[in-house]
Amino acid sequence: MGAKLLTPDFGLVFWMTLGFLILFFLLSKFAWKPILSALKEREKSIEESLRQAEKARAEMSQLVAKNEELLNQAKEERNEILREAREAAEKIKADIVARAQKEAEEKLKQAMREIEIQKMAAIVEVKNTAGMMALDIAEKIIRKELKGHAEHVEYINQLAKEAKLN
Amino acid sequence: MFAPLFCKKMRLPSLTLMRKLLIISLLIISTAIPSFAEHHKDNTSSASTNQAESATAHQTDHNHSSTHEKFDPGRIILEHILDAHSWHLAGHASIPLPVILHTDKGFEIFSSGKFEHGHATVKGKYYNYRLKDERVIAVDEQGNELPEVTASIKDFSITKNVLALFISIVLLLAIFIPVANRYKKEPSRAPSGFQSLLEPIILFIQDNIAIPNIGKKKYEKYMPFLLTVFFFILINNLLGLIPFFPGGANVTGNISITFTLAAIVLIIVMITANKHYWQHILAMPGVPKPVLLILTPVEILGFFIRPFVLMMRLFANITAGHIVILSFISLIFVFYYTWGTVAGFGISVFSMLLVIFMSLLELLVAFLQAYVFTLLSAIYFGSAIEDSHHDDSHH
Repeated sequence: MGAKLLTPDFGLVFWMTLGFLILFFLLSKFAWKPILSALKEREKSIEESLRQAEKARAEMSQLVAKNEELLNQAKEERNEILREAREAAEKIKADIVARAQKEAEEKLKQAMREIEIQKMAAIVEVKNTAGMMALDIAEKIIRKELKGHAEHVEYINQLAKEAKLN
Repeated sequence: MFAPLFCKKMRLPSLTLMRKLLIISLLIISTAIPSFAEHHKDNTSSASTNQAESATAHQTDHNHSSTHEKFDPGRIILEHILDAHSWHLAGHASIPLPVILHTDKGFEIFSSGKFEHGHATVKGKYYNYRLKDERVIAVDEQGNELPEVTASIKDFSITKNVLALFISIVLLLAIFIPVANRYKKEPSRAPSGFQSLLEPIILFIQDNIAIPNIGKKKYEKYMPFLLTVFFFILINNLLGLIPFFPGGANVTGNISITFTLAAIVLIIVMITANKHYWQHILAMPGVPKPVLLILTPVEILGFFIRPFVLMMRLFANITAGHIVILSFISLIFVFYYTWGTVAGFGISVFSMLLVIFMSLLELLVAFLQAYVFTLLSAIYFGSAIEDSHHDDSHH
């Protein structure tokens, strides 16, 4: 009986070969093939999903970068507009000031001219008055002293003539 | 004994440290168990041969006078681990199985129940038959064996192991085909139920056994065989641990079964092996002619030793486990018959603890041996299709 333990039995080997081959073919066709292909499929789909997620992430980061860029651009534009506005305001201010200055100058000049004219008129009047007064005084003096001295009268007339010319 | 050899062969760097430690310790256990068990078996089998002789002597007069039987653990253990023509259930109840014989005159089919457990002679169409040590022999009218006729008989009976084999095949088909249909229906869905138990094992065989040892390019061709052999061995190992019907048959611990599995592995290697593999066996390139005279026979021997080791390892591990468990149970009866009831009950506590421990160990061995057989087959296939440039690097 001990020897039987180590001796392959013909009938059992026969049934085992038959049974195992049938099992092998049935399992290969109906179990392993769909299972292994499904596992492979799943692995592939997981890989694909991962790749897509990676791609989406890259796109996302790209989008974020783009947004930032846009934001920066907008900021810059705003700054530009502000700067321009300030400049314009400055310019307007300067213009107004300049115009006011010019006007003031003009006014000043006109005033000066007026003053000059008035001054001239005043001077002329002062001269006339002073002349008349001097003439009066001289007339009085001369009448008192030179009564009868024809030549003096002549000279005085000549002088009066000269004084009038001024 | 072969553990260091295969350790070297395995591509360990790809595994993590934890896995490495696990595999090494498992391999050590797997080699330690058979050596321990073999030692045990030697004792029992040498004892059993003596006892078997006395038992056969006994049997003849036992037939005439059915007095009390003497308890014979060696014989009982061997009866349990060997194949039988009927499936013993409990007490005197057993399932009779069909006996199919091919004699020189033709086929004979009858129920094994007619043998009445070896007590009766069955009158067939062509000859008379008796059961002797679970072997069908042809006898004459007086009950004497006819050796020439017996030698011509080919026994195709559906024995206990054949029935267990069929049960395991039906179970495997019933488990995997519905699971496969789920995959077919919803391929990209996460696994559920039984599927989620099997998927990690299938992926483990694919990613940790087939791909590292056979290579990413060619592993797919071998996957169906590796998966079939793994689950076939596993389910039969597990069924073998169940002590009652439909388990309890020692299928993977039967040399015929492991012989067939190893033979199939060898045939696959012979069919798929490339030129380079044959060249290495028949005439190792770069070796001088006189050395080849020694090397070639060694290589040819090695060609057969590898499947032989596959056959012996599985057979010895499973059989040894069964023998050890049965020995512990027998211990109870040995004590009972020798020292009486109290001793029997006393030892039974101790025995049961050991049986539970051994059964747990056997549960581990059931997975381990299925894994080892699959792994070694994959390494074997891998070596048969290795490319030459790849091979040069580690020779």
